[in-house]
Amino acid sequence: MWKFLLPFTAFVALIVLFVFGLSPTRDIHALPSPLIGRPAPQFALSDVIDPSAVVSNAALKGQVYVVNVWGTWCAECRVEHEELLAISRQHVVPIIGIDWSVDHGPGERDKAKQWLERLGNPYAQVAFDQEGRTAIDFGVYAAPETFLIDRRGKVIFKHISGMTPEVWEKQFLPRIAAAREGA
Amino acid sequence: MSRVAHARLPAVALALAAAAAQAGFGAAFAEPADAGLDAQGQLQNPALQARFEHIAQELRCLQCQNETIADSNADLARDLRRQVREMLVSGKSDDEIFTFMTDRYGEFVRFAPPLSPKTALIWGAPFFTLLLGGAVVYRIVRQRSRMPLDE
Repeated sequence: MWKFLLPFTAFVALIVLFVFGLSPTRDIHALPSPLIGRPAPQFALSDVIDPSAVVSNAALKGQVYVVNVWGTWCAECRVEHEELLAISRQHVVPIIGIDWSVDHGPGERDKAKQWLERLGNPYAQVAFDQEGRTAIDFGVYAAPETFLIDRRGKVIFKHISGMTPEVWEKQFLPRIAAAREGA
Repeated sequence: MSRVAHARLPAVALALAAAAAQAGFGAAFAEPADAGLDAQGQLQNPALQARFEHIAQELRCLQCQNETIADSNADLARDLRRQVREMLVSGKSDDEIFTFMTDRYGEFVRFAPPLSPKTALIWGAPFFTLLLGGAVVYRIVRQRSRMPLDE
């Protein structure tokens, strides 16, 4: 009896493990962010468009907003740009851009300016993260990443990789509505 | 005599490993000017440099997921190395540096996550498997020893 039951149980356990572990809907590269439910990192960086101005999220306390970390070197960011423009036209929440200069060069600022002039600017403000420190504070490891922050300044959601209409409608909009109703 | 030789062996191995690691680091990463770095891109304080190498081997480069930030040439790995160096120079402990990283990137950033209820399975699995295998071997051996020897 044991000779049959033991291997059989092990076999069933393996099947269950494989069904969950190898599920095609599961993205093995998407890691849970420890930031969810915690206060968003504070930043005060210079403005991409007007270097003399400061972009800080301290000023955004009390409203629900989105932080989008991107860079002109990032191909997926180009893909999601159309969707960000569409979102900005809905005027639901302000999108704060963080332009991540991975090579720490000042050239990224000019490229970002040109990019926004040529393609349109979906951002309420764009901060220039020349040293990549704000990206580290947000735990970003693969741009683009998009964060949703509630009125108390807490991170409530993070999306890794490009924004799509589906992600916006199914993941962001319901959470934005909930964040506005509560607290 | 043999006791002396034994005692020396780990020390020699350690020195060799440290030399190899230093040669590797110096050659692979001549990094842009950071605080407290010498011409070879190493921390000027050798004790800090040794700690840096240990920590960098312990942290995962999340862009490439199975490389350490010591081995990886990715931009993010370079930035995280800078972060570790700066924290060492400013007198932060190893624990504070690991906490800084896990606060931002989660436990996954560490190659050897600390023992906790969530990681108990990872740490326990090898011992559990060893016990299981031992039990199986024990049963088989006992059964065979009961068998008659006339084959």
